[in-house]
Order: sequence, then structure tokens, then C-alpha cells
Amino acid sequence: MTPRSFLTHVCAFAASAMFVAPALAQNALDEIVAKKSITIAIPTDSAPYGYVGTDLQPQGLDIDMANLIGAKLGVKVELLPVTSANRIPYLQTKKADLVISTLGKNPDREKVIDFTNAYSPFFQAVFAPKAMTLKSPADLAGKTVGVTRGAIEDMELTKIAPAGADIKRFEDNNATVSAFVSGQVQVIATGASVAGNMMARNPQLGTEFKLLLKDSPNFIGVAKGDDKLRLKVNEIIAAAKASGEIDKLCVKWLGRPAGDLPN
Amino acid sequence: MAAAMIQLDFAAVLVDWPLLLRGAALTLALTAVATLLGVALGVACARARTHGAPATRVLATAYVELIRNTPFIVQLFFIFFGLPSLGVRLSSEAASVIAMTLNLGAYAAEIVRAGIEATPRGQLEAARSLALTERQVFLRVVLPPSLGRVWPALVSQVVIVMLGSAVCGQIAAQELSYSTNLIMSRNFRSFEANFVAAGLYLAMAVALRQALAWAGPRWLFGRSAPRGS
Repeated sequence: MTPRSFLTHVCAFAASAMFVAPALAQNALDEIVAKKSITIAIPTDSAPYGYVGTDLQPQGLDIDMANLIGAKLGVKVELLPVTSANRIPYLQTKKADLVISTLGKNPDREKVIDFTNAYSPFFQAVFAPKAMTLKSPADLAGKTVGVTRGAIEDMELTKIAPAGADIKRFEDNNATVSAFVSGQVQVIATGASVAGNMMARNPQLGTEFKLLLKDSPNFIGVAKGDDKLRLKVNEIIAAAKASGEIDKLCVKWLGRPAGDLPN
Repeated sequence: MAAAMIQLDFAAVLVDWPLLLRGAALTLALTAVATLLGVALGVACARARTHGAPATRVLATAYVELIRNTPFIVQLFFIFFGLPSLGVRLSSEAASVIAMTLNLGAYAAEIVRAGIEATPRGQLEAARSLALTERQVFLRVVLPPSLGRVWPALVSQVVIVMLGSAVCGQIAAQELSYSTNLIMSRNFRSFEANFVAAGLYLAMAVALRQALAWAGPRWLFGRSAPRGS
């Protein structure tokens, strides 16, 4: 059996299992309201979206968003720390009702879970000191740019960078950030969360956002077929966008308003 | 497509041969410079530890122990990421050469020192009785046969340093491992890429060993250098 056909079988089995589950247990939204509690998977390793503070409590934009949804539903929020690798399985096995964990939407993931509308921006971008002129990709010529090898930002940067740009690829985000902070590279291309964290810890560098590489907003994940919960959360997101609550969260954690978020 | 996931596809890696070649060339260049400087540094430290004044002896010992008891990658990161905070900013390649030189120097010092200490007393006494200066005694009587005695060990150490340069890719020096990792992150052919890289390292190590085994007796200590005593 080839890996692909094996995967298809597993997906088909998972899908059929999920098709049956809602029928057995009415639906997730009714259950949440009846229990007066909702379990939400959140990250603890991606500041400023979700990290553990000095008081050992999870905090960040995703945690605030989870609490906002709990408050609007009028139920208690149980936070469940997850990693990038296991957040979708937690949803598939119904250990979590929602995943609010810097989750991007892509066709592969849409096969196994459903997504609400986007609730917060996430992007990969080029960052550099304020004093540097960097208005278009062509301005990267003659500059050393640090990036983490193989990350989305590496792919995007490689596409747009002129031949004269000296791209230095490092093993992981820590090495890339170290190279920028120590002045070994003049420019850094990285994700918004990594950059936000770096700027907060190194205000003396006067780093600012320069060029957008790729917009990949965050969505809330719900179990496949959980339409009642998904539509309810969409209502809450729409209301929070209209009232400016989402913008307030984005300014608080990301330093800029949410901007246009796709549905 | 589905079957291709488990089939080996070396062509996907070999198509990037200019990248591999450039990487291999930089690995050899880094090794060449580090070998020349490192062996010289090693000989200087070996002399300092055997014949030096007490102060230089302590200094050389401290250097050798510091380098031999810390990991290479920590030394490399210290030079590349740490020194800029002291105002010393080096390119990836310069930082790599310095780290490799310092590393080889410390190990070479101990290897060469073993060769020097095996010099028969009679040869020293004979040299001094001919009124040679200390410097002449060391350079003409002590050092050449000492190098001859420890040459195989020294060559092995040079090969180890060349293979160790694989971590210089971590600071974006574009040596062979850097090329390999870059190719791997593009086409996800990790087995093939590492297989090709391992083949190249093996070929380079064998060639380097042969070249040094040939060059040493010719230029450093003479073909008829005593091997045993």
C-alpha cells in the first residue's frame, strides 16, 4: 500500500468516525452550554500569541481571545496548552472544543477540521533598524539578510530578493535572531511573533517593520462538521470586529490594528 | 507521485551540483587555512609548554586546556555571536577559520609536545655541544624528527577538524553541510542529500590524508626522518 493511499484510508476512517460522533452527542455547542464550560487549546510557546508569563500563567493574544469567546458564551474557559504538532489531533479527538493557536488555514488542514473566520493577523515580514531605507525588495541589494532556513519566510524572501542581497540562512529562529541582535546581519526576515518578541527584548536596536513577505492570518479550528459551534463563534468574531475589541487585542499584543481579516 | 515518496531520487540532489561543489570548495579552503595556521600555533604552544618561560608556559597551558575542554560549536558561537558585543565583528568565514585554527592549535600542541618530549637527551646534548643557539636546536634538531614521529596523529587531527567544520554552516558559512541543508530544505530529499554529502566528505578526507602523508616528509621533516626513536 503506498503512503498516499494509506493516508486516504486513515482520513476516510477519521471522517466517518467524526460523521457519527455529533449525531451521538447532540452537538458541541449545546454540550458546552449545558456543562457551562468550554475547553480551548492555546499555545504556550509562541509569544505574543500565547506564552507563559513570569507568574506561570498562560497569556497572550490567543488566550485573551479564548477568554473573550468564553465570556460571550457565558461559560467558564478551560485552557489546554498544546504544541503546533498536536493541536489538530486534540480537536479531532474532541479533547478540545476549539483550537485558538496561531492556526493558519490550508487545504490539507481543511480536509480534517473546519475553520471559523479569521480572528487575528499573522505575517512573515522583513524587519530592520529605523534608520535603514527599505521601501521595496530592490533595496535589499547589498544588504545582509538573516533568515531561518526552510521556513516560509525563507521561501518568500528567496522569491523576491534581488541578486545583490546576501541572504544568510541559519538553523533556527534563535540563531537568526542572535545574528541580527549581534549585528552579524543588517536585516532580518521572520514571523511576526518572533520579531515582536525580539523587539520587545531589544528596544535599543530600534527595529521596525519594513516589508511584508506573506500574510497568513490565524483562524479558530473547530471539529469537522461542528457547524452550530462554528457559526456561533463566527457571530462572536464578527461582533468583536465591529465593536473594536479585536483591534484592541491586536494593538495590545502586536502593536498594530487587525487590518483586513478574511472570512 | 505516491510511489515517488519512497523511491530514492538522487537526481533531485545532484541537479544542485554547483551548490555542492561551492560548499566542498569552501570546506577545503577553510581547512587549508586552518591547517597552516593551526599547526604553526600548535608548534608554538608545544615549544612554549616544553621550553618556555614560566609565564608563557602557564599561558599556553591555559589556552590548550580551555579549548580542549569546551565544545567546538560553543567556541564558534562565542566568536561569531559573542565577540560582536565586544566590538569585534567577523564574517561567517573569518569566524569559522579562527575557530578551526584555535581548535586545531590546541590539539596539535599536545600532539607535537608528545613528539618533542620523546627527543633523546643525547641529541640535545650533542646539538648544544656544537654551540648551536637554543632556537637552532629547536628548529633544526628537535622539531623535524618530532613532527615525523607524530605526523600520522597530526594528520588525523587535521581530518577531524575538516569534518568538524560541518557545524560552521550553523553560522551561515556556506560550506558543504550548509549546501546540503539548503538543498534538503528545498526538496525534502534528506536521505539522498546526506548520502551525497557523506560521500563527498569521505572522498575529501581520504584525499586530504593522502596529500598530507605525501607532503609532510617532503617539506617538513625530510624523507629519512627517524620514525621510531
